[in-house]
Amino acid sequence: MDIPFLTSLVIFLPAVGALLTLALRDGSSIRWAALGTTTLTFLLSIGLFIGYDPSVSTAQAPQLVDMSSAWFPDAFDIKYFVGIDGLSLLLVMLTTLLGPIVVLSSWTYIEEKQKGYYALLLLLQTGVTGVFTSFDLFLFYIFFELTLIPMYFIIGVWGGKDRIYAAVKFVIYTLVGSLLMLVAILFLGYEAGAAVNNGVFTTDWYTLLEYNVPLATQGWLFALFAFSFAIKVPLFPLHTWLPDAHVQAPTGGSVILAGVLLKMGTYGLLRFCLPFFPNAAQNAALVIGILAVIGIVYGALIARVQEDAKSLVAYSSVSHLGFVVLGLFAFTTEAMQGAVIQMINHGLSTGALFLLVGMLYERRHTRLMDDYGGLASSVPVLTTLMVISVLASAGLPGLNGFVGEFMILLGSFKSTVLDSVLLVAFATSGVILAAMYLLYMVYRTFFGELTVEANAQMADVNGREFLLMAPLIVLMFVMGFYPAPFLRQTEPTTEFLLDRIEEKRAAALEAAETPRASGRVPVAPPEGAGEIRLDAEALSAQP
Amino acid sequence: MELADAYAAMAGDLPAVVSMMVVAFMGLVMLGVEAFRNDHPSIPWMGAAGLAVAAGWELSQLGASQGTAFFDTVRTGGYAAFVNLIVLLSALATILLSTPYLNDLKRAYGEVYALIMYATVGMLLLGTANDMISIFVGLETMSVCLYILTGLVREDEGAVESALKYFLLGAFSTGFFLYGIALMYGATGTMVLPEMAEATLGTTSAQLMFWGGLGLFLVGFFFKVSAVPFHMWTPDVYQGAPTPLTGFMSTASKAAAFAALILVLYHAVPRGPASLVLAVVAVVTMVGGNVMALAQSNVKRLLAYSSIAHAGYVLVGLSAGTAAGYSGALFYLLVYAVMNIGAFGVMALLEWDGKQGREQTLDSLAGIGTRRPVLGVAMAVFMFSLIGFPPFGGFIGKWAVFAPAIDAGMTWLAIVGVLMSAVSAYYYLRVVYVFWMQSAADVEAASTFSDSALPRATSGAVGTLVVCALALLVLGVFAGGVLETTAAFFDVSAMAAAP
Repeated sequence: MDIPFLTSLVIFLPAVGALLTLALRDGSSIRWAALGTTTLTFLLSIGLFIGYDPSVSTAQAPQLVDMSSAWFPDAFDIKYFVGIDGLSLLLVMLTTLLGPIVVLSSWTYIEEKQKGYYALLLLLQTGVTGVFTSFDLFLFYIFFELTLIPMYFIIGVWGGKDRIYAAVKFVIYTLVGSLLMLVAILFLGYEAGAAVNNGVFTTDWYTLLEYNVPLATQGWLFALFAFSFAIKVPLFPLHTWLPDAHVQAPTGGSVILAGVLLKMGTYGLLRFCLPFFPNAAQNAALVIGILAVIGIVYGALIARVQEDAKSLVAYSSVSHLGFVVLGLFAFTTEAMQGAVIQMINHGLSTGALFLLVGMLYERRHTRLMDDYGGLASSVPVLTTLMVISVLASAGLPGLNGFVGEFMILLGSFKSTVLDSVLLVAFATSGVILAAMYLLYMVYRTFFGELTVEANAQMADVNGREFLLMAPLIVLMFVMGFYPAPFLRQTEPTTEFLLDRIEEKRAAALEAAETPRASGRVPVAPPEGAGEIRLDAEALSAQP
Repeated sequence: MELADAYAAMAGDLPAVVSMMVVAFMGLVMLGVEAFRNDHPSIPWMGAAGLAVAAGWELSQLGASQGTAFFDTVRTGGYAAFVNLIVLLSALATILLSTPYLNDLKRAYGEVYALIMYATVGMLLLGTANDMISIFVGLETMSVCLYILTGLVREDEGAVESALKYFLLGAFSTGFFLYGIALMYGATGTMVLPEMAEATLGTTSAQLMFWGGLGLFLVGFFFKVSAVPFHMWTPDVYQGAPTPLTGFMSTASKAAAFAALILVLYHAVPRGPASLVLAVVAVVTMVGGNVMALAQSNVKRLLAYSSIAHAGYVLVGLSAGTAAGYSGALFYLLVYAVMNIGAFGVMALLEWDGKQGREQTLDSLAGIGTRRPVLGVAMAVFMFSLIGFPPFGGFIGKWAVFAPAIDAGMTWLAIVGVLMSAVSAYYYLRVVYVFWMQSAADVEAASTFSDSALPRATSGAVGTLVVCALALLVLGVFAGGVLETTAAFFDVSAMAAAP
């Protein structure tokens, strides 16, 4: 089956659904319209999974491309350019999967202003899917920013008591980073345009990949890009917006935020930062690795002392995303693969945890762990779901979390760029700490004595709630036992990226060493350059 | 030239000023009707019709090749048409928005609309001037009408204060402006902009006169576009004037003044020294406007400081001094006009204090989004666009002025610009959350709006705002065509050469 414009359809169908919900009047039809749109989008995205062929190289162009250059004047090489490669595929699938799940989880949770909520939720999905499929940096930026507006409203209108503080903090944090990145994008666009695109400003990902950024500018361009993405991830010490946003956001917002929004940061690092600025990225690897490990340990320790179950899960995100960043900056195939898989795993398991905490909140209107206790006897199904999700999140072998963390740690030990066993050893302690704080939460909430009458009366999960949890739980087992099909999808792209990173790193070094050859000269060094270097070596070899 | 020939030549040039004639003639007709049928309700509609006809004409001229008319005093062709279009559409939106507003105020005098028309004529001349005298005549025609409109509610001490302040400071700045023109004329011996660039400034004193004159001239302009440190009048005047007319002042008059400044920089001034001056003024304007806006509790004052900040963004494009910079600035003026008219328009329809919104705080509007959802959504669109969020026009506008600055090697200027945009997010988001996320219980306001005190929103006014919001979306998503149009106005070879 060949559906034309499939990628664009998956991106924009939710936005069409958003318009549809605006036209509807009563709450029930709005919910069904939102559920219908997101489900249809998910089914279409299965078409992407089938249509994407990992054996076909994406070194020259992604697959399932939709492109139009009519968007901007010819003086700028800015295109509508979307497609799928191994990096985007699973993240898009995760986004479209979470779509209907989030709608279902909000079914009774959101009682007021339903029209606005579902319209914004759908718009948010368009933004996120666009981020993961854009192969034009300018387009990427637009989608990247587009996610802020719906999230601002979702936190600010439907959130908890300090919702406005959290919403504004979320937007301003992200905006500072992304606006600085905009400057870097413009600078890079002109420089690359002058060097490899006949002087035409360009933001085409593949064209930019051909350009070897000179060492002198790599440093600050990398800094601006990485700063922006690090805020989004969030990397310690830029994480302070995250707990606020998570605790205040409604359940659906938290799930999207943890499940996919944070991945935009790690995805951006992998898609843009590492391949565009390989030298700077490797120079900074140790520093970023240290920050990532601080995040892992610090996030875990802070999570341990939380009283509020939701902020515990929020801090666990800081810890888990630290693993992903560590994996990216190890520059080995295993670690990078692990990081990609870990992005998906974190989306599944943390998404599930937020959903379950949301279910508890909906029943008792409190998230303090002290208010619960002994729930296992009153809500056995919910307890089972929670235990599975917690174990997945803690990285128990046989569940999905283990695969990603194991590969990341393995790859980081082997990494010559990080080259620090001590650092990785510290990171490993994060796995133990995760088990500690997560199991502690389960212990306080679900086991022990059932003291409060309201908890004894609590209703177990209903059919809708079970339905929305089921796909997540199933995937946790599938990816835990048999991750090969997923790894196969991402492997060619991560290998291609690592190859390009190494090539570009060497080329930039060579350009810097060769006198008078600026970074604007793309690849091939001038003839005889090799001989000169040989002479130099011979000279230096002399006593 | 013989006088007889001159008349013939001028008759041939009349198509160059069609819209000026239409608008001026309509203004006279409106005054005539006013004389016999006092404050007749058809008067604003006559004005709107005249402006619409003129706008239609300019739209057809967008692709026309550039030239001059009336002995090199006005410019014709695409650039002029584009600037005129911004001015005419702003005036049209202003009339549609002020009709219900002035009716509520019981100030729906026919003369008000006629004055809007004359102010528009002044702007049309200002934005298309090819010679210093045209600039001056246009500027003064515009300003005198705006002084009067500011003080429309003459029993209100606040309105009188702002009108008087505007008039006195405006007159003062005109002095600088005129003195600057005189010095530049003295140095070059011509008033025509392109000829100024060609004139040789042989002696040191001629050089001194030219650059000194340009400095004074710029001071006058900085006053009109309210750039820091010549912005002092802006918040007071914007706060006291009738709200839809504030929108008019902050958009159309700025667009016309900036258009004239672009013409001067592009045609008459050699690149170089001016660029740095503009960059410095851009920085202090962006920083000053945005930082001072943070502390405002009154929305009209907040928007006044925001409009100061936005003049700074336009100046970023101008300081790049390249064709792309000028065309980006032009694009920015269009987007800015749409979003600011919209923002003031929404505020005009949300005034409940009976004092042109002078005394109502932002907090007093808590939760108004849910009571007036269309206005609330429109305001959110305007605010996000003013921050520079995609997919709205404001984002492409910022891109269009920052990109040339980076290309011209002024990355530091762009970095200041984006950081200030992040600062501005704080106060624009505040407007959004007060509208949508708070209720009267959440704020500490002495008094809040009541539904009965809110003005009646007519379909004409609300429709105008909806069109503005949609236009921002279109300008944000399909900007390509407009960017191509503005880029075509600037031919690199025609730029004033380096000295």
